[in-house]
Amino acid sequence: MKLYLKFLSIHLRSAMTYRASFLLSCLGHLLITTNVFLSVVFLLKRFDSVGGYTLPQLALCFSAVLAATSLAECFARGFDMFHELLADARFDRILVRPRSLLFQVLCQDLRPTMLARLLQAAVMLAWAVSAGAVRWTPAKALVLALMILCGAATFFGLFLINACLCFFTLGHVETLNIFTDGAREYGKYPFGVYGKPVLAVLTFLVPLALVQHWPLQYLLDRGPAWYGLLPILALLFLFPCALLWRLGLRHYRSTGS
Amino acid sequence: MRKYWSFFKLRLMAGLQYRAAALAGMSTQFVWGAMEILLYRAFWLEHPARFPMGMEALSAYIWLQQAFLSLFALWYWEFDILESVKTGAVSYELLRPADLYSMWMARSVADRLARAALRMVPVIFVSSLLPAPWGLRLHLTPAAFGLFLAAMVLMVLVVCAYSLLVYALTFYLTDPKGLMVLSLAAADLLGGAIVPLPFLPEGVRRFAALTPFAAMQNVPLRIFGGDISPAEAPAMLGLQVFWAAVLIGAGYLLTRNGLRRTVILGG
Repeated sequence: MKLYLKFLSIHLRSAMTYRASFLLSCLGHLLITTNVFLSVVFLLKRFDSVGGYTLPQLALCFSAVLAATSLAECFARGFDMFHELLADARFDRILVRPRSLLFQVLCQDLRPTMLARLLQAAVMLAWAVSAGAVRWTPAKALVLALMILCGAATFFGLFLINACLCFFTLGHVETLNIFTDGAREYGKYPFGVYGKPVLAVLTFLVPLALVQHWPLQYLLDRGPAWYGLLPILALLFLFPCALLWRLGLRHYRSTGS
Repeated sequence: MRKYWSFFKLRLMAGLQYRAAALAGMSTQFVWGAMEILLYRAFWLEHPARFPMGMEALSAYIWLQQAFLSLFALWYWEFDILESVKTGAVSYELLRPADLYSMWMARSVADRLARAALRMVPVIFVSSLLPAPWGLRLHLTPAAFGLFLAAMVLMVLVVCAYSLLVYALTFYLTDPKGLMVLSLAAADLLGGAIVPLPFLPEGVRRFAALTPFAAMQNVPLRIFGGDISPAEAPAMLGLQVFWAAVLIGAGYLLTRNGLRRTVILGG
């Protein structure tokens, strides 16, 4: 852990060296997600509600998803560029070091610009709370924290799968972006809005609805209390991810570069 | 003219090589299009009276947006060009007996067409098989279809001219990143990339109409669905011509002037 903190500070300091560039990319990320939120605001201005949700309730939903994805994207950046590790055989060097592999891959890179998104998520959450989206109880606050943390873990698993696929293809695979980038984009609305089939896929196949749609029902008093505990169930998703990582490792032969 | 044409063909062939990447991109585009339509479906089922355009026109808008994404997405910057201006490698281009701006233009148009050519066919084919309000249907008269094609051509010109203007400004700025970030955000919102313009509030819409971004995907995609009627279309095409002329003119002058200012050091 201490070692990881050390890596964190190195990456942070290297990002800070080019301060203007760092701030600009922060601004870029912010503008993109702000645009996404503005699209929700504009549509809700015309339609007032969708699927029975009002704007503050949607803001609450979006802020939880945004916080979860930013956390995952900030720390799991190493998985995102895993194909580069394989391509230039840096992964071979990692294999010979006496430390856990996943740990070393994670230490390869960080994306501190995601902190800007985290900040935006916090602002949106504050607005949603002040606009009275939820009647708060301590249990509900806890569920919200669970949504964010377990959500981050689920996205982390998705990034890991994406990296594992590189073992087999050796190139970057774009297809899973549907679930990572796509979930951030479409997670602005509770997944139930998109209809039952989508909700079913995101509940049973890729458990993104377990950290978004279902606990949100509890927060908004639209569902029973046990819905609030579903984010914990989503953590089970990490097991197949870990299994795939093992499988990929066994399959791995260096690219020979 | 012939040399630009052959340069154009060269880039087109090079772009057509990346078939596997195009295939991967396509599968994501189906999902994105479908999710987008499912979202608007929820709004449509709940408040059909407040829908500013027909559901079928909207479906056409979304599917064409997915099919032709690379024709108008501003984020397909030509990083080679940007780098060449930043590092000074652009001076090699000057040795060629060709006008730099026209070469850049030929190159941008070719790259965008190559990307679109690979991706559009499956998206158009599959989406035209979908049931009535959710799929892509062609209701246009041949004349209106001609207007649509003209709007597509003008759109590509406006989009490329806009990117070229950004490259040209790189001669004057040290880092164009900020400009690019802002253009992307503005184009996303004011060009109808995230939400089609008719869905925006009145004030935002009126402001968007004053920017070049409204002369991009907004025009052809809405002509196709019939949201812009053939009677209104010529005015919109005129707007596209205006922006294409302004952006090309400005880009051309800035490139020429930028090159004149550039001092190339030996070594």
